[in-house]
Amino acid sequence: MSLALSPEEQAIAAGRDGAGMAMRIVTESARLLGAPRLIPIASTHIDGALYHGDSGTLFAERLVEGGAKVAVRSTLNVGALDLMGCSRIRLEEPQRGMARRMMEAYRKLGCEQSWTCAPYQAGHRPALGSDVAWGESNAVVFCNSVLGARTNRYGDFLDIACAIVGRAPDYGLHRPENRRAQLVFDVSGLSSSFLASEIAWPVLGSLYGREVGNAIGVVTGISSHPGEDALKAFGAAAASSGAVGLFHIAGVTPEAPDVETILAGPEPESAIRVTPEMAARARAGLSTAAATKTIDAVAIGSPHLSHAEFESLERLIAGRRLTVPIYACTGRHALALLERDGRRKRLEASGVIIVADTCVVVTPIMPDLGNGVLMTNSGKFAHYAPGNTGYAVLYASLADCVESAVLGRPVFTDIAA
Amino acid sequence: MSAAAEILVPGKAGEGEALVLTAPISFWGGVDPKTGRIADVRHPQHGEVIAGRVLFLPGTIGSSSASAVLMELVHNGRAPAALVLHEPDAILLLGLIVAREMGWETPMAVRLGRDQFDDYRGRGVNIGTDGSISLHAGSWSGTA
Repeated sequence: MSLALSPEEQAIAAGRDGAGMAMRIVTESARLLGAPRLIPIASTHIDGALYHGDSGTLFAERLVEGGAKVAVRSTLNVGALDLMGCSRIRLEEPQRGMARRMMEAYRKLGCEQSWTCAPYQAGHRPALGSDVAWGESNAVVFCNSVLGARTNRYGDFLDIACAIVGRAPDYGLHRPENRRAQLVFDVSGLSSSFLASEIAWPVLGSLYGREVGNAIGVVTGISSHPGEDALKAFGAAAASSGAVGLFHIAGVTPEAPDVETILAGPEPESAIRVTPEMAARARAGLSTAAATKTIDAVAIGSPHLSHAEFESLERLIAGRRLTVPIYACTGRHALALLERDGRRKRLEASGVIIVADTCVVVTPIMPDLGNGVLMTNSGKFAHYAPGNTGYAVLYASLADCVESAVLGRPVFTDIAA
Repeated sequence: MSAAAEILVPGKAGEGEALVLTAPISFWGGVDPKTGRIADVRHPQHGEVIAGRVLFLPGTIGSSSASAVLMELVHNGRAPAALVLHEPDAILLLGLIVAREMGWETPMAVRLGRDQFDDYRGRGVNIGTDGSISLHAGSWSGTA
């Protein structure tokens, strides 16, 4: 199928300015994807402002020099620096300067200074059924699955290009027929105590991503809404271990009032019946550290912590002093609330290091130990920390993470799947 | 052994030793953008270097920053000599599309069914600008 562009789109693509460059990137991607046309979008969430090297900075500055501006509401994902000054980023010059230049270029393009991977908890919640172009794998999956807005997994650079032209390729998850579930992921064989526990969601998300890859599944066997932070953790873990862009949970997510409504055919193409053994293996697979007597740090907040998650953190710490630091990553939307209610001061007095605008796996924050051990309750941190930080990972619930940080050694509470 | 592959993104002809990945990879967090080394400890080819290799990809997973990592590899001169994908991956290949817009020289990306990947494993492979994939005679001892 060949791509048909309107005369206006063709004229923009022929331009030598920043909008022309953006339109050519969008149309080249559309051709690659086999999209027949471009469609208007309501908003974007941009993952491209995180410094991975000089090339991304040079690209953003080329757009600024070309006079480009975003045409729709555009929030920014994390950057490589903590502009709020909560934590010390060990990024050295000249990388530090290039990272700052990059963040500045995206500001000049007209993007909102949200600097969070949880924009959906910072007031950016597109309407059910609306077309948007979001980047950042966890934000994409949340936007599609929990909000029911329609986006593909937009890669770095295509997100800002779509924002500038206000259009996106019409393919994939923008089309209702591609949003139906092909397979069933049945968790009814797991104990209700496990399903009610906090670790169920990152563990099942990690298993789900590995089992389904990029297919669309519907989770069955969930009797009540687990809360938005649980869905956030499930999606983030699933999008780390697989190429998941959309999931459904029967009776919970908006496009799946029940299994029958969301299945693409009368019967699923396949059904995965999750056993307690599968869940236990998935949980064990989130840890990479060998048996250890001590830990060096705890990291939480991938995706960024909500205000409710900070309340849980403070309740679990209960005024005690931590032996090893808890790095608590969040956005400035949650930070503002923490400062207003005095919680930031109390948490920092206990030994929590709040990290704003960024997080510990995208930029150097934790000490470079060589063989450090990190404990986390995040399936996404568990997935990326070994490769990005050099720390081996122990996966545990938030409660166990807090107890371990207080004692300086790993503590696990057994929760049978 | 030779095949005519569909061109996904045009670029310069490439040659190098085939590196056939046996599992999908997330470029972000999985490949070091400075060196091209596979950094994901859970990946079966952990420790291999993709720079200068003809990289056969059965699939990609994970972060939407894969494009940024691939573009950075191009900018640092550590990109694969060519990419052979089982199916087009718009996120990853965007790294090449944007690098071309920036005026940088980029490797070819072509499409080939992953059932044919094993024919090239560890061999010296040429990728032509017409999308042709061919083996070097003898074993690979190139310097690409």
